[in-house]
Amino acid sequence: MKVWKYEDDINTDMLFPGKYTYSCSTAEEIKPHLLEDLDLEFSGGVKTGDLIFAGKNFGCVSSREQPVLGFKAVGIQAIVAKSFARIFYRAAINQGLLLVECPDAVNVFQEGDDVKLDAEAGQIQVGSKILTFPKLPPGILAIREAGGLLPYTRAALKKQKSK
Amino acid sequence: MGKTFAEKVLAIKSGQSEVVPGQIVIVQPDHLLTHDNTAAIVGKIGGDLEEYGVARPEMPVIILDHVVPAASEKTAQNHKTTREFVAKHNIPNFFDVGTGICHQVLVEKGLALPGSIIVGSDSHTCSYGALGVFSTGIDRTEAAALLLRGETWLRVPETIKITLKGKLNPMVSAKDIILSIIGDIRADGAGYCAVEFHGNIESLSIDDRLTIANMGVEMGAKVAVFPVDQKARDYLSSLGIEESAYQAVWADEDASYLKELVFDLGDIEPVVAFPHTVDNVKPVSTAEGLEFQQFFLGTCTNGRLSDFEIAAEILDGKKIAGGVRLIILPASKEIFEAALEKDIITKLSRAGAMILPPGCGPCLGAHQGALAPGEKCLSTANRNFKGRMGCKEAEIYLSSPQTVAVSAIYGKLTDPRKGGNQ
Repeated sequence: MKVWKYEDDINTDMLFPGKYTYSCSTAEEIKPHLLEDLDLEFSGGVKTGDLIFAGKNFGCVSSREQPVLGFKAVGIQAIVAKSFARIFYRAAINQGLLLVECPDAVNVFQEGDDVKLDAEAGQIQVGSKILTFPKLPPGILAIREAGGLLPYTRAALKKQKSK
Repeated sequence: MGKTFAEKVLAIKSGQSEVVPGQIVIVQPDHLLTHDNTAAIVGKIGGDLEEYGVARPEMPVIILDHVVPAASEKTAQNHKTTREFVAKHNIPNFFDVGTGICHQVLVEKGLALPGSIIVGSDSHTCSYGALGVFSTGIDRTEAAALLLRGETWLRVPETIKITLKGKLNPMVSAKDIILSIIGDIRADGAGYCAVEFHGNIESLSIDDRLTIANMGVEMGAKVAVFPVDQKARDYLSSLGIEESAYQAVWADEDASYLKELVFDLGDIEPVVAFPHTVDNVKPVSTAEGLEFQQFFLGTCTNGRLSDFEIAAEILDGKKIAGGVRLIILPASKEIFEAALEKDIITKLSRAGAMILPPGCGPCLGAHQGALAPGEKCLSTANRNFKGRMGCKEAEIYLSSPQTVAVSAIYGKLTDPRKGGNQ
């Protein structure tokens, strides 16, 4: 497991350049361009289970969801940041991607630290330190736990129809 | 205890007597805006649409604007898929390529009603706050689910109150106001929050308010909203919308805010956002002489008639500097035609500008007006991120239409208060 570490205010253009937004929409099309203008090593080097650590306002500002689709597709376990931009935060819930808002975890992290996540307990272990992070409200957690908003919506529509 | 705009709208729309910040509410948005991404959105739920249909066909507003006219087979197919979806599901609010940028068209067509909720799969959906709308951006998947269910959840935001006092000086504009605010509170300064604008609002035109609300998201705001005053009511009335058609909502005097900020408009000067973040704001006067190869006047931030009027006034009878490019992009067909009738387009063209068809154009780097490595562009757009205009080795600087027009004459950054006399 590798931790990919980035700064404050990483915007969606850095995560996935705008010029591809109307030519790439599937996960396979998105993958090679992930973080293209930020970190050329990412798309070739990322492995299932890897984590991203970042500063504040991660994923600002556009409504672009391709980075989230891409992170899911390459198997990013979670993104740990000091804070997230709101549309990105929502997009992650909608794709079932775990976001951990925990400034302390980012502050204490040092290269080589082992990181363990317990989403259910709302706990993250960085090196020898155990920190907590806020969990989603129950109704919203159900969306992420259903694997994302579309599976959640389909289940709700099916239930409605069978009534 | 009084309530904020956001608390009031979300209480009304979720059918509750009151709501508090942090609470999750379920709402049926009045409108869902999608654009060229409609094809990708409906592509996620093809089978579901067959089975369940569109929950509320009057809810979607679909406006093709991002890559128009189509630049490739792929983008042409996106447009075609969108037209087929619209026809099949009888979506009444559809505006094809050439009508204009979604955030201008939605307003012009009278679909942004005070007190309503509009969500859109575009982050600048916050623009309609200019007319007292609770409007905010969402992702494509959320839009897909909304088409199927017609409802979604929203977290009731905390609110920041920004009071604008005094009056702007000549050649200083709404763009300078919002860039100065963002430079001050930074790109995450209003993260997850609603922003209310109070104070000397009547000194700002509807175009000014649209410019300011449009950039709310650049400081992380969920909504950026203005009160509906006589100017707003008159504007809506000019679109054929009578007061009985909407219920304007505004904050109580004793509402409770997360933060209160005051800006004196008289203190604001022409500013420019340096690469590669919108909050990297400096006074134009401190960076004069910076050379640009391209100037861009347009977008959902500053592509309105008043923006071209001021540019034409500055550039009338003059020429832009040799070796630079000036791109003009009206935000809508209506604006384009009004600018034609007022001879604005002629003046700009004779000054050396090239005119693009209404749409998003160079703003997001998908086509038109892309930059080469090492080039610099002074733009009236809302974003200057690395790679935004198609090239990560290029630099984008953001400013007002006044600053773009005056600077284009000299080919370099120039304080617009100096005027355009060569």
